[in-house]
Amino acid sequence: MDLKDLYQDVIVDHNRSPRNFRRIADASRTLEGFNPLCGDKLTLYLKLDGDRISDLSFEGSGCAISVASASLMTERVKGKTVHEAAYLFDSMHDLLTRDNANADLEPLGKLAALSGVRAYPSRVKCASLCWHTLKTALEQPEQQTVSTE
Amino acid sequence: MNARYDRLRKPIAVTADFDAPRWRRDFPALRQRVHGKPLVYLDNAATSQKPRIVIDAVSEYYQKFNSNVHRGVHHLSELATEAFEGAREKVRHFIHAASVREIIFVRGATEAINLVAQSYGRSRFKAGDEIILSEMEHHSNIVPWQLLCEQTGAVLRVIPITDAGELEPGACEKLFTSRTRFLALAHVSNALGTVNPVKDMIACAHEHHVPVLLDGAQAVPHLPVDVRELGCDFYAFSGHKMFGPTGIGVLYGREALLQNMPPWQGGGDMIRVVRFDQTLYNDLPYRFEAGTPDIAGAIGLGAAVDYLEHVGMPAIEAYERQLLDYGTEQLQRVKDLKLVGTAREKVGVLSFSVDGIHPHDLGTIVDREGVAIRTGHHCAMPVMERFHVPATARASLAFYNTREDLDTLARAVEKAHQVFL
Repeated sequence: MDLKDLYQDVIVDHNRSPRNFRRIADASRTLEGFNPLCGDKLTLYLKLDGDRISDLSFEGSGCAISVASASLMTERVKGKTVHEAAYLFDSMHDLLTRDNANADLEPLGKLAALSGVRAYPSRVKCASLCWHTLKTALEQPEQQTVSTE
Repeated sequence: MNARYDRLRKPIAVTADFDAPRWRRDFPALRQRVHGKPLVYLDNAATSQKPRIVIDAVSEYYQKFNSNVHRGVHHLSELATEAFEGAREKVRHFIHAASVREIIFVRGATEAINLVAQSYGRSRFKAGDEIILSEMEHHSNIVPWQLLCEQTGAVLRVIPITDAGELEPGACEKLFTSRTRFLALAHVSNALGTVNPVKDMIACAHEHHVPVLLDGAQAVPHLPVDVRELGCDFYAFSGHKMFGPTGIGVLYGREALLQNMPPWQGGGDMIRVVRFDQTLYNDLPYRFEAGTPDIAGAIGLGAAVDYLEHVGMPAIEAYERQLLDYGTEQLQRVKDLKLVGTAREKVGVLSFSVDGIHPHDLGTIVDREGVAIRTGHHCAMPVMERFHVPATARASLAFYNTREDLDTLARAVEKAHQVFL
């Protein structure tokens, strides 16, 4: 496998210029995600309008995979319902952990750029940190931080 | 004492005849390709590779005389005991301890430090007593003392480090008070490679009647260690970082101190007589070796010691000093690379960051070039905080590494720039 399968152009781009990289002053929920093993740290801001995630953003620092993954996630999830976000979480979980070479990546759109991560088991947590943070923010609003360990 | 911090680096011995490629051939794991490239193993501070002689010693024990030690009267048990105790004597000789009673086999440096904290510390320390350690400690020389503080009410005092990654000159002396009970210090920092001026600090501690434990896990594979010359009271190290097996390590303790320490773990081997109303404990060192020990590990460690004596620790130290200087020069030429830890006295470690590229990405990219380095906080989160980095990339050396290995590393790091162009 070539390094370019991991560091695809989309990922390099989103790492260099992360989208929705800002604080939401009146966020409905704010949650910190932390990967103590590599020091990846992000704060996720989420604004709910009824059942719909009307705005989603993040701040923090981490490796290219974690930053790009968070950036892609905010882009994709913004405007979706809580139910749709949960569905996307499951799809991403499959993409990052299951060896399903024949699966249809089409519905994932740009998120499919993270499919290369699967071949690097030590990097899966980098890509999934933001998704776990989102899931916890939606399901357990009382939580303050999420850790991968 | 401050002047002694400023002493010049020792002269470099002539090492033109040190044949690293020849020694490298003794390590089977180094003869492989990773992702189609020859393996360049630069993660020795995490664990070292094992020479054939160590692998064979472990295998021979299991194949020929596997048996429990100190128990049986049968032939195999006698052979196993002889090999196990022979390994203890090898270790004693290697670190110049006075007696085998001072050599306690443990699982590793971590367990050795926990043993001292729980046996020596817990029986003596009271609320308000102070334990000094440094900002550059590995978590294994922080957390056991924190646990002890929770149990006894003792408190930690921390020697700060400078931007170069050296202990703040004079800071240690200032921390000593009438309540200081212990000094626990890395001989060599695993995250920075700094060699601490331990002799001076031990002298200072002893002036205050404070015993000293040195965490020698990163020193023993790189420098000749003489515990009596150092004058330390305890010295902890791991077998697997000095080309021996995992799961075995050593606590050296001065006999006078060990004699007065209560047992830590109870079980077989550490007792002489057990009755329900009273148990008599065994002599040193067995009093601190409860349960069947890692017999194969100890025998393997003995073989590693034999091997290191054969290569020669003074030659290893001199060669690695040159190799480190070379690696420092090569890495400094890499665009946007910053070394973390630039102490005057250093061994074995090149910790660095590259602007705009996270260490984790660096680790993955150089791995594709066959280069194994560690990325992360190196179990020294306070060090990362001190240098305001979430993590670093760390190349760590052994005597089987060569200049070519460091050239490959520098090229691989350059490659990371291309990925993120």
